[in-house]
Formats: sequence, structure tokens, C-alpha cells
Amino acid sequence: MIQINNVSKWYGGFQVLTECSAQVKKGEVVVVCGPSGSGKSTLIKTVNGLEPVQKGDITIDGQSVTTPKANLHKIRAKAGMVFQGFELFPHLTVLENLCLAQTRVLKRQTEPASVRARSLLDRVGLSAHSNKFPGALSGGQQQRVAIARALAMDPIVMLFDEPTSALDPEMVNEVLDVMTDLARDGMTMMVVTHEMGFAQRVADRVVFMDRGQIIDDCSKDAFFGESTGRSDRASQFLSKILRH
Amino acid sequence: MQISAVHEILTALPYLLKVGMTFSLTLTVLAAVLGLALGTLLALCRMSSSKWLSVPATLYVNGMRSVPLLLVIFWFYFLAPYVGAWITNSPTPLQVGAYRSAVITFTLFEAAYFCEIMRAGILSVGKGQVSAGLALGLTFAQVMKTIVLPQALRNMTPALLTRVITLFQDTSLVYVLSMTDFFGAISDIASRDGTAVPMYLFAAAVYFVICFGASRFIHRFETARYAY
Amino acid sequence: MNYQWSWASFSELSPDGIHTYLQTLLIGAGWTLALSLLAYFFALVLGSAVGVMRTVQSNPARLFAASYVELFRNIPLIVQIFLWYFVLPELLPKALGTAIKQMQQPWGQFFPALLCLSFYGAARVSETLRAGIRSLRAGQHQAALALGLTGYQTYRLIILPQAFRIVIPPLTSEFMATIKYSSVAMTIGLMELTGAARSMQEFSFHIFEAFSAATVIYFGINTAVVSILSVVEKKLLNAVANNPSTAELTTLSEVKQA
Repeated sequence: MIQINNVSKWYGGFQVLTECSAQVKKGEVVVVCGPSGSGKSTLIKTVNGLEPVQKGDITIDGQSVTTPKANLHKIRAKAGMVFQGFELFPHLTVLENLCLAQTRVLKRQTEPASVRARSLLDRVGLSAHSNKFPGALSGGQQQRVAIARALAMDPIVMLFDEPTSALDPEMVNEVLDVMTDLARDGMTMMVVTHEMGFAQRVADRVVFMDRGQIIDDCSKDAFFGESTGRSDRASQFLSKILRH
Repeated sequence: MQISAVHEILTALPYLLKVGMTFSLTLTVLAAVLGLALGTLLALCRMSSSKWLSVPATLYVNGMRSVPLLLVIFWFYFLAPYVGAWITNSPTPLQVGAYRSAVITFTLFEAAYFCEIMRAGILSVGKGQVSAGLALGLTFAQVMKTIVLPQALRNMTPALLTRVITLFQDTSLVYVLSMTDFFGAISDIASRDGTAVPMYLFAAAVYFVICFGASRFIHRFETARYAY
Repeated sequence: MNYQWSWASFSELSPDGIHTYLQTLLIGAGWTLALSLLAYFFALVLGSAVGVMRTVQSNPARLFAASYVELFRNIPLIVQIFLWYFVLPELLPKALGTAIKQMQQPWGQFFPALLCLSFYGAARVSETLRAGIRSLRAGQHQAALALGLTGYQTYRLIILPQAFRIVIPPLTSEFMATIKYSSVAMTIGLMELTGAARSMQEFSFHIFEAFSAATVIYFGINTAVVSILSVVEKKLLNAVANNPSTAELTTLSEVKQA
């Protein structure tokens, strides 16, 4: 579904991604982890073209994201993205947030868009809040709405950029539960996260990055297992996170 | 036509620069220095807890900022002699002179704007900074001196310098009192020789080069301060 | 002090023989308001376009918009109005230039003044709007793009509605500023308020009555405009109150305004 081939990216003179290659097969859940500054957020933003790359290519469902002629709007409509800062549109109600792209990009009629929106809000447990503005919701609620907003586009793949990093601890689980359900329903997912518990339960594969490079790319069991399926750097990283 | 226009400008240049530009620049520098001093005083008064200081200062600043500069220029041009006479107990209005009244005008006018920039600069330093300083055991005065003011000064310097550029542009308004600043000099030549088009275009170009250059310099200064 | 204040000076007849001085002052205030309202409106429209151009991806658009702003902000206003009034008619094709020069008073002064203040005001509005757009979190733009919205849709539906709400306070003070710098029109002969006061001073020698009246009228206009605009501001800002992401913005406006 997602193919990342030898992608390199520079910000001016500084190289942020070095020869990164990875793939996410249909129905797979791939977790991308690593220390701060490892480039994992940058990497996931290159997948739907929000960040351009100078070398390498990326395809989603066979369509290239990196060629100059790529129709990014069409591709982005098929790839849902959830941001660390939720990024709901504060001047629109929850319902309007979900319907906006459906009507403007997918050209759906208002009625069917509304119906789809409400059913998704129901699925994430927030149908009571459809007419509220995002400012009235808690962080966890906003992020669940953000997930629903991405799902409203009926995407073939979902990209998550540290979806729980900005949340208070007691709200992390409500969002992870939604993501777990999504995975169980067979959605193809690429998730940048620090939540190793989630990775252990739900991921199929784990990609470990450090300083712009992909160091490990192996199955979940190999990564979390006792055997040396992962690199030393990854072991160091895990030991720092898992201490609590 | 082009060659004579250039010739025209070149022959006029000594006069324009020696008389006109000197006037504009010295007026700008004087008014900026005095205005900053007065503006600082006003800012302190506005932020003081004493009503005797803060209310008059606020009234002054708000009043100055709600009338056009042209009106203020006329006011002080006519008022200064009378005030001078009142101060020196003279029976007739004092001869203050156009230049001095211009300095007074721009100082008093710009002080109000400098005051607001400084206030905003000080207020822009987060309350958390003060809390952190106090929590370390520093007195309020020490917090102000070592934590708040250094940051506030760095924040407000670009805005203050930009305001000085605006002041430089504003000095061209002394035209209405027939004073010979740079623009006044340009106008003199334009009306004497009937060469309005090249002279005014030249004036625009000169002002543009000076102000644009100065603002680029400030911009570089502003971005450089982030390079810790 | 031997200045004789005379209230009666206001009811003296001005040189035009028809109006009293008080009437000329009030008519001048009318010109000030007319000029300011129209110039502000045009400045909003043009300035919004330039402000958006300053923030889009396209380099030529950004360069053009930046040049526009730098040009109009680095030349003194009096020089600009002289260029519009004296120089522009000379640079246009002969027929057009002569037609402009033959325009009746006061329209022959009003229109150049209006053009001058509109273009100048647009540069200022553009900078205000640009600050507002840049103050939004980058994530808003990214989230809109991630949903598949085009650049145009992103600006129209997400960026601009939020940015405009943010810049309402600086835009209202921009109108107050327009009223003040409309006084430069007197230098080309338009009898707006400051010009009318100056004229009264020159012909009647009642110096302080003239300028006091003008000052009082400016204060009056100021107060009236502030009251009206604060009601408008309150209505518009009620929508903003719901949104935590826009709540911090008033301090940014304050620093940028001065």
C-alpha cells in the first residue's frame, strides 16, 4: 500500500532523512518510533506529500506522491492523517469539520455527508457533541473527532503523527482504543508514536529511526522479544522509555 | 528630456543634501533621542501604581495618538511662542523659530508612540518569568533589572527603530511650515524651475533607498539576536 | 499673555462669503470622513489581496506583494500624494492627463488623495493580515491539505476566516489611523478638517480657536468611531471566544500595532 524508496530530505544544508526505505502492506499496522529529532514525524509527512523530498520516491496504492505531476489532492483524499496537535478547524462545529472535505473534495451531497459524519461520531463515541465547537471539547475528545474527520473521507490508509503526545495521560487510552478498533477492522495504518504498549498489542511491524535513518525494520515480536532482533540503539531507546 | 532631468538633479544635489537632508536627519536624530527619553518617562508613569502619574500620562498618550501629526505641527508652531513668553514672563510672544518648534513638536508627538511600544515590550515578557525570578529569591527590583528589562529591550528594539524610520518620513511634513527639509528643498527647486516630475520622483527614490536600507538593517539585527 | 480668545470668530464669515468658519470646519470634517471611509474600504479590499499574496507558495506572487508593501511604506505620505497629484497626470497619455488636470475643485484634489490613501492603506492592511495569517498554527494549513483541499480552498475555508477574526482589533485601529493621515490631503489643497482649520487661522488670525475646534472635532470623531467599532468588534469577536487557538492573539496585535 505504501512504498517508501530511498527517500532523502534536506532542510537547507541539514539532512533530516537519509536513504529511508520502508513499506506498509495492506491491512498492516506499522509503528514508527525513535528519539526526538530522529525524523519520524518528517518521514510520515512525506508520505502524503506535506513535506517534499529531494531524493527517492514514495507511492500510495501504486500512485506516486513524489513525481512533479502527482495529483496530491486526490492522493491525500485517500490517505487520512491525524496530527499531534489535533488541528480541528476552530471556527467550524464538529459536524462541519467532518463534512467540509467530504463536500468540497469528494463532492458528496450535504445530506449523505452529514449521515456519514454522524455515524463516525457515533463510532468514536462523540455523537452528543456534533454541534459544539472544538474549543468546548477536551484534548482526547478533539483527537477522536480528528480521527473521525480523517475516516469520513473513506481512506485506504491512515497516517498518525504522534496522536497521543499532546494529551493528558488520562485521555491517552480513549484515543488508543479508537486506534486499536480501527486496526482490528483491518485498516492499513502507519503510526508514529511513543506508546510502546500500543505497539506491542496492535502493531504488525516496528520501524525504529535515529538521526534521520531507519535503523530497524522488523516484526513486532522480533523488536520486543528477548532475542537480538533489534539494534543496540533501539535497545537503549526502549530501556529509557520502558523504565516507568 | 531625460538628460536635462539628470543634469537638473545633479546641479541641485549639493543644495538638497547640505541644506535639506541635513535638516531632515538632524531633526530626526534630535526628536528620536529626546522622544525616547520622554517616552520612557511616560511609559514608567503609565505603569506606575500612582494615579497622579498614570492618569495624566495615559491622557497625554491617548490624546497625542488621536490627532493627526499635521495638526500637532501647527499647534506647536503657534503655541510655542506663547508658552515661551509665559515661561519667561515676557510681554510679547517669544521668537522660538521654526526649527526649534519642529523639534519640540516631533519630540512630544513621537514620545507618545515610543511609550506605547515600550509598554508593549515590557508587557510581552511573560508573567512566568517574574514568577520564576521571585521563586529564586530575587527581589522585584532585581527581577525587573536582570530578567524583565533585558528581554523587554530586545523585544522592543526593532519596533522602536522602525518607529524612528517612520519619524524620518514624518519630518517631511514640515513642508507645511515652509521649512527646508529634504522634501522642502525638492519642492523649492521643483517650483523654481518647473521640474516637478523628475524632482518628486527623485525625492521618492531617495527616501525609498534610505528607509528601505534602514529597515533591512533592522531586520538583520532582529534575526541576528536569535543566534544565541 | 495677550492672546484674545474669541468665540464669535466661529460665526464670522469665511472668505468664500457663504459659510461661517464653523461651517467650513464641519464641512472639512465631512471631507475627512468621506475620504477616510472610502480609502479604508479600498485599502481593505486591495490590502487583503496583497496580504494573501505575501503568504502563498508562489515566489513571483510573494515578490510582487513584498515589493508593493516596501514601496508604499518607505516613501513619506506627503511625497506619495505629491506624486499622485503632480506627477501622475504628466506621465499619463496627454488626453487623460489634461482631463485630470482640468477636473473641478475639489474633485481634482479628492480623487488623487483617495488613490494615494487607498494604495498606502492597502500596504498597511496587507501587513496586518499577513501577521494574522502567520500567527495561525502551521498544522491548520497542513490538516486542510491532508484532507485533500486545494490551496485555494484551504485559504478560503480555513485560513482566511480565522485570520480575519484575529486581525479585527488591529483593523479597527487602522481605520482610526486612516482618519489621521487623511490630513495629508490638505497639502494638495483639499479642504478637509486640518486644512479648513489652517485656512481659518490664515485668514482670520484666530489661531487657537481654529486649531482647538479641529482638535475637539478629531476627538469627537475618534470617540464616536471607537464606540461604534467596539460594538462591532464585540459582535464579531464572540465567535472567536470559543476558540482557544485564537485567544492568545491580542498580545501579538498590541505589539504589532504600536
